[in-house]
Amino acid sequence: MTETLFKPGHTACAGCGQAIAARLVIDAAGKNTMIANNTGCLEVFSTKYPESAWCVPWIHSLFENCAAVASGIESGLKYLGKKDTINVIAQGGDGGTADIGLQALSGMLERGHDVLYVCYDNEAYMNTGIQRSGLTPTTSNTTTTPPGSASFGNPRPKKPMPDIAAAHGIPYVATASVGYPQDIQKKVKKALSIKGPKYIQIHVPCPLGWRHESSQTSEVAKLAVETGLYPIFEYENGQLIPRKIASVKPVEEYLKVQGRFKHLLKDAKGLKEIQAVADYNIKKYQLKAQE
Amino acid sequence: MKGHMTSKPGSSVANKTGSWRTEVKPKFLRKNCIACRMCVYICPEGIISGEGKNMFGCDLDYCKGCGSCAAICPKKDIEMVSEDEKI
Repeated sequence: MTETLFKPGHTACAGCGQAIAARLVIDAAGKNTMIANNTGCLEVFSTKYPESAWCVPWIHSLFENCAAVASGIESGLKYLGKKDTINVIAQGGDGGTADIGLQALSGMLERGHDVLYVCYDNEAYMNTGIQRSGLTPTTSNTTTTPPGSASFGNPRPKKPMPDIAAAHGIPYVATASVGYPQDIQKKVKKALSIKGPKYIQIHVPCPLGWRHESSQTSEVAKLAVETGLYPIFEYENGQLIPRKIASVKPVEEYLKVQGRFKHLLKDAKGLKEIQAVADYNIKKYQLKAQE
Repeated sequence: MKGHMTSKPGSSVANKTGSWRTEVKPKFLRKNCIACRMCVYICPEGIISGEGKNMFGCDLDYCKGCGSCAAICPKKDIEMVSEDEKI
């Protein structure tokens, strides 16, 4: 077995994108790392009491407060004079980050704690049964936004979390995707080499919630990037560094492989709306490669 | 709840999730492997290992049979085969 700090035997679904990303993050960070985890899928499947998949100090307290707990860990380490040798990571899902934990996260970023916050974005509350969150994309079918005669799926756009984090004036913000595993590890290493608060948001497909085959996790993640629906970029001291898309694909290619967008494929107006989101991202984050 | 609850690091290995597989399991053909390590990166269980071309394999005690490794292999050197097949 490969030496990893995130052991097998955890109870994630087959093909879970979050399980892939969590292992990549902790293996990139290395064993001198302490983790505070929000409630969510990751917390539940990795620490089925009395077992734990983690090989580093790891703490879970509540749904909303991993950023606050990590702030305390960082302050404690500083007091002990050990902060320079130990990384502190706070992590959670999209609900625990963008909805329930936003206040704790904002506080951590504003106070300038030397902590890396990792948000695993699977675009809904998957652990409790696919309810919409602030990071659920527009028109997506969730159990609280079912499409039908009176509804068209999630009516609200995705909350621009990376921009909200960047607005705190922190030194490093990045987005990444499970479709590009080496890129995740590169960004985690880069983030940990920088002092101060850092925010990384990783797009992690959920075969169960998004309704695609368990083997398609990587393919779906890549399509989200190649269509412009999940822009990959970094803000280094506020400076935008986009990951360019070699050839931009139409959004249908991403939507048609997932059951949560099935209702859109028969609707030209809905498709146009989603294409507009992709076009906006491509322009805003300068994703198009120079021709 | 009385106090905090702690677990031993990595103790989840007691949980042999290989029993979750129902239909298929990965077969490493070991013919055209270029050791790009993409299967190692993408495995949600982190159970694929090996060094060098045609030397990779996975721990079926934990494999849930998702098929991510076979899907990502650029050389199609991993195949999902029936659970009954001997490998």
